[in-house]
Amino acid sequence: MKSKSRSLLLQKIALHAVLTPLAILWLFPLWMMFVFSTMPDHGIFSPEIVLWPSAEFAANFQNLQADTNFVRAMFISIIVAIVYTALSVMLTSMAGWALARYRFAGRSIVVAIILGTITLPFAVVVIPQFIMVAREFKLANTWIALIVPPLFNSLGVLFMRQAFSMMPGELFDAARVEGVREWRIFLHIALPLARPTMAALAIILFLASWNNYLWPLLINSRPNMMTAPVALGTLIGLTKVSWGGIMAGAVLLTAPVLVVFVFLQRHFIAGISAGAVK
Amino acid sequence: MLSRNRAAYAFLAPYLLIFVTFWLWPIINSLLISFQNTRVNPWRFSLSANWGRLFVDPAFYNALYNTLIILVIQVPVMIALATVMAVLLNSPLLKARPLYRFAFFAPVVVGEVAYAAVFRLMFSADFGIVNKLITSVGLSPVSWFDNANAAMALVIIAITWRWAGYNAIILLAGLQSIPDDVYEAATLDKVSKFQQFVHITLPLLKPIISFCVVLSVIGTMQLFTEPFLITNRGGPGGGTETLGLLLYRQGFTSLNFGYASAIAYTIAGLAVAISLLNLVLGREKK
Repeated sequence: MKSKSRSLLLQKIALHAVLTPLAILWLFPLWMMFVFSTMPDHGIFSPEIVLWPSAEFAANFQNLQADTNFVRAMFISIIVAIVYTALSVMLTSMAGWALARYRFAGRSIVVAIILGTITLPFAVVVIPQFIMVAREFKLANTWIALIVPPLFNSLGVLFMRQAFSMMPGELFDAARVEGVREWRIFLHIALPLARPTMAALAIILFLASWNNYLWPLLINSRPNMMTAPVALGTLIGLTKVSWGGIMAGAVLLTAPVLVVFVFLQRHFIAGISAGAVK
Repeated sequence: MLSRNRAAYAFLAPYLLIFVTFWLWPIINSLLISFQNTRVNPWRFSLSANWGRLFVDPAFYNALYNTLIILVIQVPVMIALATVMAVLLNSPLLKARPLYRFAFFAPVVVGEVAYAAVFRLMFSADFGIVNKLITSVGLSPVSWFDNANAAMALVIIAITWRWAGYNAIILLAGLQSIPDDVYEAATLDKVSKFQQFVHITLPLLKPIISFCVVLSVIGTMQLFTEPFLITNRGGPGGGTETLGLLLYRQGFTSLNFGYASAIAYTIAGLAVAISLLNLVLGREKK
């Protein structure tokens, strides 16, 4: 018995001896992002190794704001992410509900097309989407261009369809017998039951919108209509730019989602792993 | 019954309109544009302008080579690392689990631009913290941005940091769906932990691993932001130019939409082909 507990102890030590350096390595870039954001530029580009924060975050932020209107860009990113998430959850819930609980002509074709194209990379549509939105609809540098085209994302449809199809049908049939209309059944019975799925979906969609880079970069290139990642991206690679400022911007982009992640980890993880274990 | 069906169409219609306009039609349109010579006005049908050019364009072969190198090295390394992370995080012996989970999962929420910025600064040749640490232990500094191999390594390191935790989340969910009594029986039969991992965990995890591989292949095939921002538009001298970057350059710098569409379809075709290959290979081994 004694040898067994000793081998357990050894296993425990080995486990932590492998995992701890790996965890430190993984945290290092995030920690350095924070440290850089508090250092003056001459400190960042000095030969010393600095691993501890200074107190220059406010000055760095002012430099950033002088290089690009980051406050405006953050404002655009926040509004876009909120509106996009709300619209996408609404549209995909409705579609998921229709595909889960009604038998109508064309249903299996719609499901097949969604499933068949969901793994195609965004790269396939980026050129025609750009031509359509920028040249035909003339919507470049608008709020609509940032919010509406990405609503095609069909992840939510599959998510919500799955949630609705696992609910007991008697629930809805009973309401129908009582003469409750279809849209009220959806709104007042089905949606409240699907709340956990909607929460996980909303978090994933918000994050995707907040971090979206390629599409906003292409479609909204005018400085006063840039999202925060695009505005920050334009500074990377410039020669006369404040790197402390760029790092302050990176922290402002990252800190809010990290805080949300810590508190809503369960939903994040549910959202990410939902596609796999099925 | 009829009114019920009408309700179904009403629920579906708004999403379907967006889906067809911004996804389904562009998928078809992209193929059509790839057969157009878009450097003349008006555009004209042409086989050779884009698809013909693709096969003789050294820039395409360079981007294809770089993309496949990243794919072949990065995906296996990352999936192996993610499996190790998931298995160790799943151990009942682990203390301070939330802390470790945070360390590995946090990069999942960090935006591409923010992390590209910090990697670019950390790996800066003269003043980067990484080279400072390398020289402090007596090794010679690496020119991460001027040497093509080092630049490729940097891109691979960056993507691995960003995505290993994401895959570990998926794999962890897979591990937790394996019933405990399988391991209990094995432990009673005195099967070692390592043997259990090889003969129980890995085979049961295989479908999830191959799901992760497929996701990673799709991501890598259209890789754009990292070589765009970290290694400065695919530098040095195209040394890290990927297919995603070539698509961007042809489409939005040269405004040659036809050629860019042909590249886009090549990216999609390769992603689908490699994913299917992976599924087929996964089945055969059974």
